[in-house]
Amino acid sequence: MIRLTDVAKEYPRSGTALAQISFQVKKGEFVFLTGPSGSGKTTILKLLYMDDKPNRGEVWVNGVSSTTASGREISRLRRRIGIVFQDFRLLEDRTAEANVRFALEVTGAPKATIRAKVSRALTQVGLASKATSYPRELSGGEQQRVAIARSLINDPFVLIADEPTGNLDERATRGVFQLLRDINSSGTAVIMATHDLDLVRRSNYRTIELNHGRLVFDSAESPLSPRPSDPTMAEVEAAGDTQEKS
Amino acid sequence: MRSVSEALTASRRAPLLSILGVVTIAFSLFAFGLFGLVAINIRKALEQVEERVEVRAFLEDSTDIESVAAAMKDIGEFPEVARVEYVSKEQALERARKEMGEFADVFEAGVLPASIEVYLRSGMRDPMTVKSVADRIRTYHFVDDVRYGEEWVEKLYRLRTITTVAGLALGIAFAAVAIIIIGATIRMTVLARAKEISIMRLVGATDMFIRLPFLIDGLVKGVLGGLLALVFVWAANRVVNEYFIQTIFFSREMVFLGVVGGAFMGVLGSLVSVGRHLRRV
Repeated sequence: MIRLTDVAKEYPRSGTALAQISFQVKKGEFVFLTGPSGSGKTTILKLLYMDDKPNRGEVWVNGVSSTTASGREISRLRRRIGIVFQDFRLLEDRTAEANVRFALEVTGAPKATIRAKVSRALTQVGLASKATSYPRELSGGEQQRVAIARSLINDPFVLIADEPTGNLDERATRGVFQLLRDINSSGTAVIMATHDLDLVRRSNYRTIELNHGRLVFDSAESPLSPRPSDPTMAEVEAAGDTQEKS
Repeated sequence: MRSVSEALTASRRAPLLSILGVVTIAFSLFAFGLFGLVAINIRKALEQVEERVEVRAFLEDSTDIESVAAAMKDIGEFPEVARVEYVSKEQALERARKEMGEFADVFEAGVLPASIEVYLRSGMRDPMTVKSVADRIRTYHFVDDVRYGEEWVEKLYRLRTITTVAGLALGIAFAAVAIIIIGATIRMTVLARAKEISIMRLVGATDMFIRLPFLIDGLVKGVLGGLLALVFVWAANRVVNEYFIQTIFFSREMVFLGVVGGAFMGVLGSLVSVGRHLRRV
């Protein structure tokens, strides 16, 4: 379903962001992407929804290759990918319902189906009663749920989440994470970049760890070996850097 | 249809920005329109002066009227010639007396020769053409002398060339300024909706889908700005007509072209602004 083969990404100013990255994600899998700030987590996610292209290697997502994809193909692919960010990215001047509906409208979905789909997505994230609230009237956790509802509206085969709990308190984090697990158990793959090592340790999902743009650990490849960079992550946590995006 | 309603919704969400956009476009087109008005009026004035360009052939006294009539028919068939008139000795005297006013009595009958006056077609009044016509008329054996105000024609032609070149250069400069201002105005709208555009891309809207409402927005603003500019120019023209000098206004075709031009600039401005933005995000 998703395959990265020997992917490298370099930026003219900041240099190498990723080097020799290869891994696959199967249908319905839950994958954590971890690593300190600047390790390349966000860059990998951007390559997955083809907001950026690799300098070398190939990213293959649901039959679309980064080397040949046209703008239209990328647009179509994104309709099948749910994307969630740390900062929610909601439109402040629209209600929760309008924010979710927006994702359907701009892809030219038939009007007749929109209302039912929006209502179902808001119910799925537990926000049916707050459909008419504006983002400023919602808590951080609720805003993230609206963003998740928006990402689910087109029945994605994968949900890409970039630090979705980074701006949330512990309680809201637990709620959003549980929601992502529920989504995963209904068959949608989830790829979640996070700094939250507690969350990673408490669950038994596959973990891919990056450091300085290289893949240093993949629990699917060596399930029994200890994670090499646990101390590094501990250091990161100790440095209070957990809120920063990579 | 969805793009039209998107464009309208966007205008409703930011009415002040939309009004500002239309007014800015209107003022930049107003400046362009005023310049256009000055240009067509100068052109018209020059045309009126040019109409006085004529070639006058003075005839020998002994010339018989049949030869003159044959020559006039010949000359009338030159492609450059609009019409030919015969001025008899008596008519020449009468005209001279009228022009001289109180000195009218210094002329006596028979002093002034008869002549043929040759008027040229519009667009055929440049020095080269006038000279070529004069030279051909000079070949008739009964033509004593040919005059056409050589220096005057040359000066007039130079003035016309200068005004045309200056007019074109200024016109292009004004149009460029108008396009830049319109582009900047639409860019403000694009930037105000930058977040919306980035979300549209993330959820899989095509670039064309994102672009279309902005193009419609640019088109509507261009047309409205064009119409508003037209009202301003019309009002300015009326004031000038009322208190200063008699001027002519744009023809209906020019007005139509102006509004279409405004719409075109609006669409072009949108295309450039949104295109640049989409390439960057």
